[in-house]
Amino acid sequence: MLTVKNLTVAYDDTPVFSDVAVNFNAGKITGIIGPNGAGKSTLIKAILNLIKARQGSVDYNGQSMKSVQKKIAYVEQRKDLDLTFPIDVLDVVLTGTYGKLGLFKNPGKAEKQASLDALEQVSLSEFKKRQIGNLSGGQLQRVFVARAIVQQAEIIILDEPFVGIDLQSETAIMQILKQWRDENKTIIVIHHDLNKVTKYFDDLVILNHGIVDFGPAKQVYNPKNIESAFSADLSSVLFQEKEGVQ
Amino acid sequence: MTSIIEFIHALGKYDFLQSALLTAVMVGIMSGIIGSFIILRGMSLMGDAISHAVLPGVAVAYMLGINILIGASVFGVLAALLIGFVASRSKIKTDTSIGVVFSAFYALGFILISMAESSTNLHHILFGNILAVSDSDIMTTAVVLGLVILFVVTFYKELLVTSFDETYAKTYGLNVQIIHYALMLVLTLVTVSALQTVGIILVVAMLITPAATAFLWTDKLNVMLVLSAVVGVISSITGLYFSYTFNWASGPAIVIVAAMLFAISFVASPKQNFFKLKRSVAR
Repeated sequence: MLTVKNLTVAYDDTPVFSDVAVNFNAGKITGIIGPNGAGKSTLIKAILNLIKARQGSVDYNGQSMKSVQKKIAYVEQRKDLDLTFPIDVLDVVLTGTYGKLGLFKNPGKAEKQASLDALEQVSLSEFKKRQIGNLSGGQLQRVFVARAIVQQAEIIILDEPFVGIDLQSETAIMQILKQWRDENKTIIVIHHDLNKVTKYFDDLVILNHGIVDFGPAKQVYNPKNIESAFSADLSSVLFQEKEGVQ
Repeated sequence: MTSIIEFIHALGKYDFLQSALLTAVMVGIMSGIIGSFIILRGMSLMGDAISHAVLPGVAVAYMLGINILIGASVFGVLAALLIGFVASRSKIKTDTSIGVVFSAFYALGFILISMAESSTNLHHILFGNILAVSDSDIMTTAVVLGLVILFVVTFYKELLVTSFDETYAKTYGLNVQIIHYALMLVLTLVTVSALQTVGIILVVAMLITPAATAFLWTDKLNVMLVLSAVVGVISSITGLYFSYTFNWASGPAIVIVAAMLFAISFVASPKQNFFKLKRSVAR
């Protein structure tokens, strides 16, 4: 279990959130939702040790995040990448083996084979020699999921993986996430599309400059929580529609 | 054509020209390789800054009579650290921090040089004087070339991953700061070597232009490194030929050739697709 205790993160003097306490369970896909600027990305960056927390701590089964760093895979937002970089699909996936290899060791046959297998799993084998700028958004996202597969991590964190991608890619990625869940991994997904929340996630964290609520998705995803994190309007639209369909 | 034959004859005859050619080739290789990482990391301005910031180090080395590599390395790394410090400890953006720090170092360098040496030397430092390289200069350059190749071969995967995706490299625990400053250190060594061939003012051209040219032709990093070194070498040799034949300053001659190669690549490379782009714009 990944445990966040009393976490406060601040840029300059204004805290993004303070006193956040939340658990992420192994064998579950946990979604994080919340309005823009609620601190979703900040929370995972603090978990990943990419930014320093002002207060509080994060641990994984009692161990510090620093000591389990090699067990974490992070699939960042695609917009943060240089897509003109001279690198092809296979070499991107291969970077997933770097962490375990450590310094002075280069990827060999085994690493290359693992990367090819991962590409097979996301159905991108035929694109292995393609420069990454020449892929669709969905294909590119699958490349980074393949890199996470190669990392053989226990904790996988994805930042808005479904933004601007095709349905086929979304389904393929969701399938991988479910596979990871069956392997008892801890999966954390920042998500924006409220419609599929209960379909995709076992657990849900609702964030708005602090935890609004967290727990099993079916319980937590309710009009009251959505109203307090987003707005009454959004809440009534979402839940009226739902009742109308049923 | 006769002048090319003459140049080859002269090469056989004159030691100074052989030394110049050897130095030019070595500098072409090392600046092409390191320059590739500089442009891929979006650090062209940093490359320019570091190459200027070594000037006070050169002056101090003259004054103390020590190897200029040492003096230049100290000031080059100092500048890189200071740029990083100012940018991370204030709201000032990195490019602004670079501008402030390197111009201050450069200015300090001018003052120290004028205190240390005659103005002819300053001219050589600024524009290069490849026809006057000594045997010990060649040795130093060879050592730097060896270091550059060793550095890139040893840390190839770290250089690749931090250039492509630094955030990811951090998440798996790589110390990206050390890679950055090691690259800056190697950059200062390359700068000092390139100082002999093209001079401080044009070092940045040797770092960026061959690398940018290579970038236009390939989608593989390892190919880009080799190609960039090749472009650097061709520019150096051809530039040296022009310099010898027409009595041009070596630095500008080399840089102009590199720029010509870039211009040809810009129009002709399939990756750039200049003609197609033009057509689609016209439509």
